Order: sequence, then structure tokens, then C-alpha cells
Amino acid sequence: MYDFSIITTAIDQFLRSLMPSGLAIFIECVLVALCVLVAYIMLAIVMIFMERKVCAAFQCRLGPMRVGFWGTLQVFSDVFKMIIKEIIDLKRTDNMLYNLAPYLVVLSSVLTFSCLPFAQGLEVLDFNVGLFFLMATSSFGVLGIMLAGWSSNNKFSMIGAMRSGAQMVSYELSIGLSMLTLVALSGTLQLSEIVARQSHAWFIFQGHIPAFIAFVIYLIAGNAETNRGPFDLPEAESELTAGYHTEYSGMGFGFFYVAEFMNLFIVSGIASTIFLGGWMPLHIPGLEGFNAVMDYIPGVVWFLAKTFFVIWLLMWVRWTFPRLRVDQVITLEWKYLVPIGLVNLLIMTLCVVMGWTL
Amino acid sequence: MSYYVLLFTMIVASFLFVGLTMIIARLISPRSFNKNKSEAYECGIPTQGKTWMQFRVGYYLFAILFLMFDIETVFLFPWATIVREVGVNAIFGISFFLFILILGLAYAWRKKALEWK
Repeated sequence: MYDFSIITTAIDQFLRSLMPSGLAIFIECVLVALCVLVAYIMLAIVMIFMERKVCAAFQCRLGPMRVGFWGTLQVFSDVFKMIIKEIIDLKRTDNMLYNLAPYLVVLSSVLTFSCLPFAQGLEVLDFNVGLFFLMATSSFGVLGIMLAGWSSNNKFSMIGAMRSGAQMVSYELSIGLSMLTLVALSGTLQLSEIVARQSHAWFIFQGHIPAFIAFVIYLIAGNAETNRGPFDLPEAESELTAGYHTEYSGMGFGFFYVAEFMNLFIVSGIASTIFLGGWMPLHIPGLEGFNAVMDYIPGVVWFLAKTFFVIWLLMWVRWTFPRLRVDQVITLEWKYLVPIGLVNLLIMTLCVVMGWTL
Repeated sequence: MSYYVLLFTMIVASFLFVGLTMIIARLISPRSFNKNKSEAYECGIPTQGKTWMQFRVGYYLFAILFLMFDIETVFLFPWATIVREVGVNAIFGISFFLFILILGLAYAWRKKALEWK
């Protein structure tokens, strides 16, 4: 097992030996913030590149090929282009809310991102109510979207934001219910503890049928929560130009774009943490040699591999299915996913109480 | 180190991240002035009427339904954490709570509040 807390405590002791503890804590905070933000940006860039390539593959194209080897530098050039674009100040917008909206969206996704346990000892915010905190922070991203749509003074933005609000708020229920199903199985809310309890088998194997149903519900609801795939009504290009961020230009638009991609990463990261074992390697009880070989693969690799597998699944769904109508989206959530989720929760508690889990 | 310090750090860091990038973008980006550029973009046609007006009540309806069920999720979290220790009594206790909630959902369904008209 590779334990990252060895490295972090070593840095901590080194800093404390050089300076007073207040200054040491300040420097550690700056270091942590820098690391998280760099990881955030790099993962966003990797994911935008992946999205283009996956989309191209599904449409029998090549995707970006010109900038850098195999198009690898395309996204970097896009980022720089976006920074040097003019930020247009509009007449008749609600200026304060208009400028505040990207802050809220990015704040929500950065806080949620820093909750994810990347490896043993490599989690930034590890509260004992981690999963609950995670739901709370991820749910105020919708606030930024509503503010953006309302303050832009544009009908497309307004309709996009309203649709987005109704949709994200509805699908949050299913996310909450499928998380609850897993909490009933794990018996803890702390994310590092949730991962630690999957050491003999991942929760999707421990909870067999109800856990698998919860996983499918989570994937559908998570896809709707990120406003992607067949649920991209809030920014349906053919009806609403660009939805809630129609009026944003330059970096203002860039932040919405990055936050949207990072929300996809976060949804997949949570899925891999609570269903697929997080950084825990694949262990099969009884096969000692196999388990020992799996332990040699570092936890970060396991976590990222599982997360990118889930991301790939969601991208596959996005580029395969046509867009739903508003009434279909609402019907799917309230008449199918919520009742199924509630019944599934009861089945899971029955399994847990009766000891029918692995 | 307390996690609340880190939480505060991350909040400040994300605000600084957006703020500094916006300032840098404003400093290095070109500026040009045009009367029509600052109008709302609605496919090139001059905008008609107001944007900030009444919108359909259906959005409110789902917001209220969401409130009901989200509070339920909040109440269920502590229950779900200890269900393994409490045992069979936990199921009886919660099924009464869930029954009332499902009754509420069934009522909304029957009243056709879940249709998008």
C-alpha cells in the first residue's frame, strides 16, 4: 500500500522545524490550495481533450489533429485564446449578479473536488460527514447557474436557467437516494472510511442487486445533474443558442465550461469512490497472490482508472442518445427514478439488517 | 490540521482563482467600442419586450416538491448511518416515515402535479 500521509507529515515536520507553527500552517494551506487548483485545471484540460476525441471516435472522425502531436496541445491553445478574448460589458444586465455567477459555480465545483479521496492520505477535506458535505456543496452550483441566467437579461439565458434549475433540483433527489442506499450499507459518511470499508470487496459487489440498481440510478441522475448527454436541455444549441451562458464572453464563459467538465469528473469520482472502491485495489477473497499483485498498483492509478472509466461511460451515453423533451425529463425523474429509489433503499436496508450482504 | 482551516483555504483559493484570472484577462484582452456590441444577443434582431417577467408556475411546483423530498433525504442520512446497529427496528421505524412521504408523492401524482403541461 502506498500511503501519502508519510509525505505530507514529512513536509509538515520539515516546515515546523524551520519556522513557528502559525507560519507553517499558512504555508501548508497555500501549498494545498495550489496543488488542488493545478490538479483541477489539468484534469479539466485532460477531460476536454478526451471529450473531443471520444466524440470524434463515435462520429467516425479524427478530432483535433493539427496542434501538437495527435492534437494534444489543442486544448492549451484554446485556453490561451480564451484568456486573450475581450470581456464584453453589456448594457441592462444586473451587473453584480452577472459577475458573481462564475464565482459561485467554480466555488461549488472546487469544494466538491477537494472532498474526493484520490489515494490513501491524499484527501484535502475529509469531514466525518463527508458525503453530506459533498451533497451540500455540489447543490449550490445550481445557484450560480440560476444567477447567470437571470442576470443576463436575455430570454435564452432565462429559459435555460429555469430549465436547468428544475432539472438539477429534481435529479438531486435521485443522487441523494442512491447515496443513502450506499450509506445504509457502509454505515459511515466519512469518505476515507467508506473507501477503507471496501478493502475485501467493493460496495457494488457487497450490496449486489440493490447496489447495482443504485449505481444505474446514480449514473442517470449524475448525467442529468451535469447538464450533459440526453439531458442537455438547459443549453440545447438548436433552441436556446447556448442556454444560461449565452451572454458570457471570454473567461466568464471559460469558467462555466471548466466547471461543467469538472462536475462530470466529480460525479464520476463520487461514483468510483462509493460504488467501485475508490483507490482500493481489486481484491478477490481467497486469492492471496492475485491480491498481492493488485496491491502493487498505486491507489491514485486505481482511482483515476475507475473515474475515467465512468466518465467514458457517460460520454458514450452523451454521444449516442438524442435529447429528451422537458416533460420526458420530469416524468423520468418523478415517476420512475424516485419511486424506484425509495423501494431500493428499503430493499438495501432489509439486506443490511438481515445480513444478506457479502 | 483542522479541516475547517482547509475548508476556509479552499473557499478563499477558489475566489482568488476566478478573480485573478478575470483581472489578468481584462488586462491583456483587447478593447473595442461599438454601440451594438453591448446589446443582448438574441440572434441579431433587436430584443422585443422585457426579459424579467412572469414565467410558468410549473418550475415553482417542482421546487416545492423538491423541498419536501430533500428535507426527507436530510432526515434519512443519520438514520442510514446507524441502521446496521439498530437492526430490524430501524426498518419499522422508517417505514412509517416513508409511508407518509410516499402518500405525499402519490397525492401529487394523483393531482397531476407531476405532469408538465
